[in-house]
Amino acid sequence: MNPTDHSNSSDQGFFGKFAGTQATNEFLKGLWRDNPVFVQVLGMCPTLAVSNSAINALSMGLATTFVVTMSNMLISLLRNFIPKQVRIASYVLIIATFVTIIDYAIQAISIDIHKSLGAFIALIVVNCVILGRAEAFASKNPVGYSILDGLGMGLGFTFALFCIGSVREILGSGSLLGFNFMPEAFEKWVIMVLPAGGFFTLAMWLLIFNGYKLKKASHE
Amino acid sequence: MTEMQQNEGNTRGGDKKMLIAMSVIGIICAFFIVITYQGTLGIITKNRAEALNKAVYKVIPGISRIQPYSLSKDKSFSVVGPDDKSQQKVFAGYDSTGTLKGIAIQASGKAYGEVLSLLYGYSPAEQKIIGFYVLESKETPGIGDKIEIPPFLDNFKGLDVSVRDDLSGLKNPITTVKQGKKTKGWEIDGITGATITSRGVGNILNTSAGEWMPLICKNKKSFEMQNTEKK
Repeated sequence: MNPTDHSNSSDQGFFGKFAGTQATNEFLKGLWRDNPVFVQVLGMCPTLAVSNSAINALSMGLATTFVVTMSNMLISLLRNFIPKQVRIASYVLIIATFVTIIDYAIQAISIDIHKSLGAFIALIVVNCVILGRAEAFASKNPVGYSILDGLGMGLGFTFALFCIGSVREILGSGSLLGFNFMPEAFEKWVIMVLPAGGFFTLAMWLLIFNGYKLKKASHE
Repeated sequence: MTEMQQNEGNTRGGDKKMLIAMSVIGIICAFFIVITYQGTLGIITKNRAEALNKAVYKVIPGISRIQPYSLSKDKSFSVVGPDDKSQQKVFAGYDSTGTLKGIAIQASGKAYGEVLSLLYGYSPAEQKIIGFYVLESKETPGIGDKIEIPPFLDNFKGLDVSVRDDLSGLKNPITTVKQGKKTKGWEIDGITGATITSRGVGNILNTSAGEWMPLICKNKKSFEMQNTEKK
């Protein structure tokens, strides 16, 4: 996959004069064309584990967005200063720093969310989406594009987690973002909040996503 | 200068560059972490205190008021304010009539992951643990976190922590047994697949109850008396 491949111009309508520019493409590719979950199939551990409710999925997605954007920014700023031999160690150090920062921030926002995300906040450090963007993009591109790349990838990750989390919560708990709206007669699908439900839902979304892409490609 | 000497010089230069780069990145990272820690410390402390208060209501059912007590050096308990930072602190819970329903105690220790922090409710009248809540856990998701849900929580609907007559410790130490093998009131039914975590809970509770229960039994009146004075 070429990170600076800017051939996609399908979003021209919404983005007006910015459509097709390099900046727009860097941002959009993570949201849809190179979505880290639905296309690259990266970061599967948090995707499956934390998506048992929409709020957990959103929290994890936004935390990851912050870490990937900030680490991309700092790595890009220091890209000419970091020697090749110690680049991975440096990236991990930078990523771990932003994970620590988001850990404190989540504790300041809500102890309940921090408790429900548990060990997975610390595990953002080893999310391959983040190290992948650092190595494949931020270490080779200017700061502005690296920030947009991180933001796009992070929001794409959040979008995918929210898609999975909302389906699992609706079917498994009869609610969305904590609001119960299903009729009382609705029998909850307990399996959907269990680990197996994560696999089922991910498979269903991959099917929909790839089916849509194939259909679109065949029309073009 | 020979080729070997030139290579050695280049390697030294490279080493120095790597050392400088890692040091500078380390300093930048430390600076960010310290700034964030200092900026969020006050809010996190407040949030933790609120979460602890909520948890006290969970581990002592049927209470309408809580009162923190601090353990002094002479091993007696005295009323303290909600902002008291004493480490040796328990929370007495009273119902609407002012009757002491139980005492919530914090305990922590090592399980499978990092430190496991717990809160449990103790009924001095029954000499039993009547509630259990996990304050902080880094146990393996999907395995170790089973300590936060039934059937494991059913262990704490009346776990026997009777104190010896001479107040020297527990009559029977709390022990964790294999899942489904619980026969005695002071045993905890473990979790198959999360053996170390469930044993960890048993050990943490046994150590904490062994220290606190005799002290609370000895000073039981001071919790009731303080409450009468308050009324």
